[in-house]
Amino acid sequence: MAHIKLLNEELPGIVGLLNYRTDTGKALTDLAELLLRGPSSLSSGEREIIAASVSYWNGCHFCHTSHAAAAAAHLKSGLSLIDDIKAGLPETPVSDKLRALLHIAHQVQRNGKNVTEEDVAAARENGATDMEIHDTVLIAAAFCMYNRYVDGLSTWAPGPNEAYAEMGERMAHVGYGKF
Amino acid sequence: MPHINLPKEFPGIRSLFVYRPETAGPLNDLVQTLLHNPHPTLSAGERELIATYVSGLNTCKYCCSIHGAIAQHQLGNDAEIVKQVLDNPDTAPISSKMKALLKIAAHVQSGGKNVTSADVELARKEGATDIEIHDAVLIAAAFCMYNRYVDGLATWQPDDAALYDKMGEQRAREGYHTAPFKVAEVVD
Repeated sequence: MAHIKLLNEELPGIVGLLNYRTDTGKALTDLAELLLRGPSSLSSGEREIIAASVSYWNGCHFCHTSHAAAAAAHLKSGLSLIDDIKAGLPETPVSDKLRALLHIAHQVQRNGKNVTEEDVAAARENGATDMEIHDTVLIAAAFCMYNRYVDGLSTWAPGPNEAYAEMGERMAHVGYGKF
Repeated sequence: MPHINLPKEFPGIRSLFVYRPETAGPLNDLVQTLLHNPHPTLSAGERELIATYVSGLNTCKYCCSIHGAIAQHQLGNDAEIVKQVLDNPDTAPISSKMKALLKIAAHVQSGGKNVTSADVELARKEGATDIEIHDAVLIAAAFCMYNRYVDGLATWQPDDAALYDKMGEQRAREGYHTAPFKVAEVVD
């Protein structure tokens, strides 16, 4: 059960929180929509993989599974991507650039200061632009927020991967803040 | 030196807001709503203390300094409260409710799952409402984002208490949506 009395206890994860306080909810969904579905030279599938990976490293089941399902919906990969993200993407075709950006995201997940000049240089050598490096850092940082918000208030989340299939499709193709 | 090519006139998150104005919109809306807009029970100064404390735990110099300065201006220009909260909230001159909310914030900072039912019960016993618990968690979580954003791109973080005081005075008075002054001009 959540640590506070939500208005609708059937809404899972962050959805119940966005509904609990709608003014902060709007800023939070505006940010997710821009970062994950807004104009970018990184595909939405790539950006959702970054979001899902950071969420997995933070141990947030709801955010990891739902954003991995959204990545699967963008990439038409099937839900096996959810577990492949946990394993470090051995079965998914991932560019060297995305691998370098995922490394930066992992450093941000631990602490912003962990990102080194070498990490950034490696991403650049694999073709990453300043804006892609910026967005990777901000996506990773933002999920360090969303994950803590969802877990810090002990929200309810469905267990199995299959329960996230439809949610992932909606996140990918309808968008955030439009449920 | 920053990891990417950022405008040189502005420090910390302000350089990132100028670099990417699209994401600056919701990031600024969030901090304005959480810290500056009217709240039923928590003062702006109390909310700024939570932001300052979490930024200290994340060792983000820019965020800790600027929010500490804003808190000071929101709390009757009392620098001692901020200093003592950063040093040890349990012995700082703040309410028992604030001490309990800062304990929740510290647990959010180290990982959301670290917030226990006992932490929440203690806050309730000291008079905290659900919205206060919600906001303490979200402020702490949000600063785990802002701090990582500012440090993860290695933004310019000046070492100048008078500068943070001047910026903090502006934010305490105006909130977060007004234009920042060019810091380079002040320093020169």
